[in-house]
Amino acid sequence: MNENLVSIPRVPSVLARPLGLAPLAPLSLSLNAFARAVARNHPGLFRRLGDHAHSTFVLDPTDLPFAILLEPRGGAPKVSVGRGAVRGDARIAGPLAAFLGLVHGAFDGDALFFSRDLVIEGDTAAALALRNAIDDAELDFADEAARLSGPFAAPLRRLIALTERRMGICLSRPPEEAAW
Amino acid sequence: MEIVCPAGTPAALRAAVKAGAHTVYCGFADETNARNFPGLNFSREEMQEGVRFAHAHGAKVLVAINTYPRAGSETLWRQAVADAETAGADAVILADPGLLDYAAQSHPDLRRHLSVQAAAANADIINFYARAFGVKRVVLPRVLSVPEIAAINAETEVETEVFVFGGLCVMAEGRCSLSSYATGQSPNMNGVCSPASHVEYRETGEGLDARLGGYTIHRVGRDEPAPYPTLCKGCFTAGGKTGHLFEDPVSLNAEQLIPQLAKAGVTALKIEGRQRSRSYVAQVVRNFRTAVDAQAAGRPIPQGMLASLSEGQATTTGAYKKTWR
Repeated sequence: MNENLVSIPRVPSVLARPLGLAPLAPLSLSLNAFARAVARNHPGLFRRLGDHAHSTFVLDPTDLPFAILLEPRGGAPKVSVGRGAVRGDARIAGPLAAFLGLVHGAFDGDALFFSRDLVIEGDTAAALALRNAIDDAELDFADEAARLSGPFAAPLRRLIALTERRMGICLSRPPEEAAW
Repeated sequence: MEIVCPAGTPAALRAAVKAGAHTVYCGFADETNARNFPGLNFSREEMQEGVRFAHAHGAKVLVAINTYPRAGSETLWRQAVADAETAGADAVILADPGLLDYAAQSHPDLRRHLSVQAAAANADIINFYARAFGVKRVVLPRVLSVPEIAAINAETEVETEVFVFGGLCVMAEGRCSLSSYATGQSPNMNGVCSPASHVEYRETGEGLDARLGGYTIHRVGRDEPAPYPTLCKGCFTAGGKTGHLFEDPVSLNAEQLIPQLAKAGVTALKIEGRQRSRSYVAQVVRNFRTAVDAQAAGRPIPQGMLASLSEGQATTTGAYKKTWR
């Protein structure tokens, strides 16, 4: 039986290719600020990392021309973006939509791993701790971005919703209404 | 029938309750429970909050303290029982007779369930646990057929709980030390089978190698499902032949057997997977709640859509239908 496989959208190459030429410093700075804001709002995420709160993680979106180095640093995270060989204790590779779906609880990490949509290399225990800590944090990137956007929060939310609809990616937490 | 759902984190507990779980089981973040993985499980405060949340939504919480106490460190396990009671847990799930005795003597009002780790597979031993330690429910090992479960229920007043979905073990439950040979850690003593700290994946020209403790346990081609390297589900070459020596990497899915299990007198249906995400928990729970409600209303059980969540991306009814006989 192999039915019901999750379909993971890919970033179209027409969008991804220009990023191969774009300067990465502004993206690093933005992601770094975003990670710091997430850390302030979700300190439990770093407690749950336990022994791996100082491990380093390479998040490699395979449909984008760069990789992200995440250093949790015990709750004072640093994020940087690089091209070529980015090194860390654990490397997790897969489509950007898979990462975003995991963060927002739309996809199951093990299922993506079994199906080879996600690939793990290096320190498996660290990767597992990160997966579990993020899953428990119930992050919502749309909420976090809106908090940082001040008066632009409302138009930003509309833009995020439009992007989700057009690209089929998950940028916010799906509603979790009680079923019973 | 009652659905008993896994929760490895407080978020998974909330997801399970919202998805329709009658009961959630979870454990403390230490070696007292059999899913002692990095980033998983509950602090004492999280357990109290989790119990409050579940009770506020009409659901129960069971605390699994189902590993075997290490000599000289029994206090850790006893404290876990005491803390479960303090947290307001509806029951504890225990395996070790010594710990069961402690719980019966020192926490008599705390309901006691017998873990699958105790491998109680006939009515005589189940009745013994009930007489000796006041056990009210037994989680049956995944080695019994449906008629065998019916035979047990005919001879005991103890409630029975059976696994209906999730990972399978090939060994008699709770008696496996294969993982120890490669890693030094076992499910019974440390709460971990094939600990992630000893797991390594390597992409090679021939495919993906899954290694445990330095040993290659499985190698798969580019388009095959990725395996988790447990020795019992490894793929080995011997005598010129290559194959799964003990067991294929498939998961249990007994949703279509719910009517037969109900007829066999089963009280509760258990879903494996405290190491899985809240997405998994919500999907599986919603599916089984729908199935159980259909069963109760006399409607046909809907066809499941859960294969993609399974190890090996394939499922089996396991020992419930012993087709190999």
